[in-house]
Amino acid sequence: MIEGSTQAVELGEIFRDHAGRLVDGLMRRIRDFDLAEESVQEAVIEALDHWPREGVPERPGAWLAAVAHRKALDRIRREVRYREKVAELTSRPLDSYAEPEDRLRLMFVCCHPALSRDAQVALTLRAVLGLTTTEIARALLTSEAAIAQRIVRAKRKIDLAGIAYRMPDDSELIERLEHLLAVIYLLFNEGYLTTSGPEPLRRDLAEDAEWLAALLTRLLPSQAEPLGLLALIRLQRARSAARFDRAGDIVLFEDQDRALWDREAIASGIKLIERAAALGPPGPYQVQAAIAALYAEAPSFDRTDWKQAVLLYDLLVRLDPSPVAQLNRAIALERVEGAAAALAGVDELADELAGYHLFHATRGRFLQELGRRDEAASAYREALGLTANPAERSLLERRLGDC
Amino acid sequence: MKYMLLFAGSEEYFDSFRSFPEDVQKAALARVDQWSRENTAAGRLLEGHRLQPSSTATTVRLQHAQNGMPNGKALITDGPFIDAKERIGGYVIIEVPDLDAAIAMAKSWPAGGTIEIRPLADLQEA
Repeated sequence: MIEGSTQAVELGEIFRDHAGRLVDGLMRRIRDFDLAEESVQEAVIEALDHWPREGVPERPGAWLAAVAHRKALDRIRREVRYREKVAELTSRPLDSYAEPEDRLRLMFVCCHPALSRDAQVALTLRAVLGLTTTEIARALLTSEAAIAQRIVRAKRKIDLAGIAYRMPDDSELIERLEHLLAVIYLLFNEGYLTTSGPEPLRRDLAEDAEWLAALLTRLLPSQAEPLGLLALIRLQRARSAARFDRAGDIVLFEDQDRALWDREAIASGIKLIERAAALGPPGPYQVQAAIAALYAEAPSFDRTDWKQAVLLYDLLVRLDPSPVAQLNRAIALERVEGAAAALAGVDELADELAGYHLFHATRGRFLQELGRRDEAASAYREALGLTANPAERSLLERRLGDC
Repeated sequence: MKYMLLFAGSEEYFDSFRSFPEDVQKAALARVDQWSRENTAAGRLLEGHRLQPSSTATTVRLQHAQNGMPNGKALITDGPFIDAKERIGGYVIIEVPDLDAAIAMAKSWPAGGTIEIRPLADLQEA
């Protein structure tokens, strides 16, 4: 059992290394995103069938490339509309290592703003990271049919709406990059929140997100924000081991055993922030990373430099005036000015964040702090109605019990 | 690829334009005119029109027989067919390489409002 699941993780890493390259390589040949993506997905599924029984081939990338190539040919031969592509594929075999790959272009297409965020996420997971539809559904806690439909619709839109397979123009790069970063951070949060301890059969999206962010820093070395995002993810993941107790319950940040934090990851995150800072004025991910670094470096929760945290949040809210940033600012503000001031700040966000469980959970905490138990309890109940995550639910239920 | 850009705006958006002083209206229309001429010269803009206000719209709703085909009867009503907050104020047909180019053109539209981009399909194709 344990051996099998370790293997599943290893296979996932192999697919992640090759899938995006292969989609890009095929795409370059046949200029048909749907066909390229579908063929690589079929190769991954075939590998999942063969490798656990027969062992991983010596050159797994070449194996996947050969199968994807064959799958594409099969499909082309079956479908009349693909006839003219046969020549392109049969003239040269696909060798993923023979030519420079461009996963960056693939990432920009998958995260095109004309696609819904849900579609961007699903496409990135499948085309760039090589997850199967089943794995995506499991990781995102949704049904396989829903994911499959999302991917079909997205690829249909790419085709019919004329979303080109190319890099954005220089003038669009920064704006388009924001979508890419947002998708990666969303993957991270999905993974970070849904993972409550070792769950061998479920893909760790937080790890995938860190891998993607690292890839992006290599592909866009002159941009600061990918470094900021990588730093942010690394600093948050550094606390992974302290986030859950043995029973799988969430341990609050203030109660975490700091000896369990990964000091090496923290040092690496801080180094990344410094590298990003050298590239220009900070963007929102760099500021969030700086806040995470501030928390990570404090000797204890109480001795955290909360004033500095509020200042950094002020900067963040200026760069990204989103209600979620303002909510997080209020959490730091509570340590400096108390729960009443923090509650006032949070109440202003009620309209925008009514559907966000952490808004109600945070409000509940401030109300509880102020001794307004009935209101706190109803805020916690509101939060419970908005999250399906078991670890978060159990924390909220514990809090509700204290009211 | 060919796309239709549908220009929409709220009722207030169109009203506020009509309430502007004449010279402001003229200057805005001149910018639209310049946009049209530049894009036509570049071969991107194939055709386009401003539409009379939605209060002049007439909707013809065809009736369908059991087999789904029109039965020759129709319901004629006053007003636009979508009862939306936003009204369509005009359209252009453009021809550009891809969606990014269409988005860039929409972003350069000098009159504000909301723009929907729809790829064109041939009438006779499925």
